[in-house]
Amino acid sequence: MRLVAALLVLMLAGCTCSKATPSAKEDKLVVFAAASLRDVFTAMGDDFKRAHPGVEVTFNFAGTQELRTQLEHGAAVDVFASADPRHIDELVRASRVAVPVTFARNEPVIVVATEAATMIRSFADLPTAPRIIMGTPEVPIGRYTLQILDRASTSLSTDFRSRVEARVVSRELNVRQVLAKVSLGEAQAGIVYRTDALAARAQVSIVTIPADINVIAEYPIAIVTGAAHPQLGRAWVDFVLSLAGQRTLHGAGFLPPGERDSAP
Amino acid sequence: MNGRRIRVEHTVLAVVGGLLVTFLVVPVLALFIRATDFGQGLRHPLVWPALRLSLMTTGLSLVVVVVLGTPLAWSLARAQGRLARAVETAVQLPIVIPPAVAGVAMLLAFGRRGLFAGILYPDGWSISFTTCAVVMAEVFVSAPFFVQAATSAFRRIDPSLVVVARTFGAPPLRVFFRVALPLAAPGLLAGAAMSWARALGEFGATLMFAGNLQGQTQTLPLAIYTALESDMRAAQALSIVLVVVAFALLLFVRAALRRSTERGEPTL
Repeated sequence: MRLVAALLVLMLAGCTCSKATPSAKEDKLVVFAAASLRDVFTAMGDDFKRAHPGVEVTFNFAGTQELRTQLEHGAAVDVFASADPRHIDELVRASRVAVPVTFARNEPVIVVATEAATMIRSFADLPTAPRIIMGTPEVPIGRYTLQILDRASTSLSTDFRSRVEARVVSRELNVRQVLAKVSLGEAQAGIVYRTDALAARAQVSIVTIPADINVIAEYPIAIVTGAAHPQLGRAWVDFVLSLAGQRTLHGAGFLPPGERDSAP
Repeated sequence: MNGRRIRVEHTVLAVVGGLLVTFLVVPVLALFIRATDFGQGLRHPLVWPALRLSLMTTGLSLVVVVVLGTPLAWSLARAQGRLARAVETAVQLPIVIPPAVAGVAMLLAFGRRGLFAGILYPDGWSISFTTCAVVMAEVFVSAPFFVQAATSAFRRIDPSLVVVARTFGAPPLRVFFRVALPLAAPGLLAGAAMSWARALGEFGATLMFAGNLQGQTQTLPLAIYTALESDMRAAQALSIVLVVVAFALLLFVRAALRRSTERGEPTL
């Protein structure tokens, strides 16, 4: 028993000493970012490194919820870019991150498998797809999808949501899974972000959702409390909000943050 | 001097071994220690449909695995030669393939645009995203464990027993059912339990090939992952259920194997 206790102490000690302490000279930056930012942030990371020679940028891309859990359990992070204001608001309440700022927005669209491109040409055609894939309501894209369907039920036809849900064959755990299954032709239609759809343009066609029905996803970014590299973290946030950063985001299909700010 | 050295060696061994044991056991214990509101978690709406579906699909996949796997294991155990070894290796492949890759492979084989799409689905229907797809994914990942265990169980049978039974005129099928099967039974049971546990924990292939729809394809591991996105308590409660079932199976396997070695010893 004493042996086990000793080992535990040893392991804990090993864990705590790997945690970095703030240093005057910052040469490292750790960014946690939502999975949908993978391609664009990786590209921006290269630009950032060119502007800050000798700085090493490390990314961790995953579902926003996953990243939040890691953050809450003490992951050493400088900046957190979320695909969902709700998660970052929770972190603000827990004083784990500073006040966030919205840096981009992303618009849900319908992706249609090539074979069904002639069948589903507008949002109103969605219920005619024999097999539909959407995100599970526990993840942001799934929640937005249900909000969109509810809005459509009010403005198009009252049974719109139930007609669509009758055709749903799977509720995926992340947006890339939705896209992968439509790209593979396992379903005729799915709802994903425009940025994801653009990445698979060769396999799917894109149908825009009318603006009065659509629910736009907001992407907030914030410095993590007690970050080991707060200056570089600040520099990254500024870079993302800068003209050059916004241009790269726009090129990847993101919408500009708009007039509304997510600061509470 | 010598005794002291032995004591030191023992201590070093204990420390090194204890390190790994602690590492393996602590996370599982943490699951139980950190559980808050187990009852509340179990009442989460994700829990019961997933549990029911998991029991049903793993039960079905177990039947398929045992019915098809036992004759295969019997032939593999008795066959000599290169072809048999090649088949044995091929059957083991799903153990080393990452489950998500297995799921993609199954989509490419049995999906709507898969290899057999023309034959299987002339009208565009597809087996992917059905409960049947869940069973297929479970069979794919769990069958090798049973076949492997069953083959070695059959190999442990003293070949002379089979020869004697045959010389007394018993037909092969009768030899299989009356001699081989009872002798290998404990090993087969252990294999079936391992295979069932693997099917119960199956995640990657199911997610890819069968998707995630409550009551249809959302098994326990998928429900755990889904619950993690919203309700940690439900995820934890489901995890505890899964761990308890798996642990019970492990104990069962060990008991079965102990009986097998006790019985097998005189013939070895």
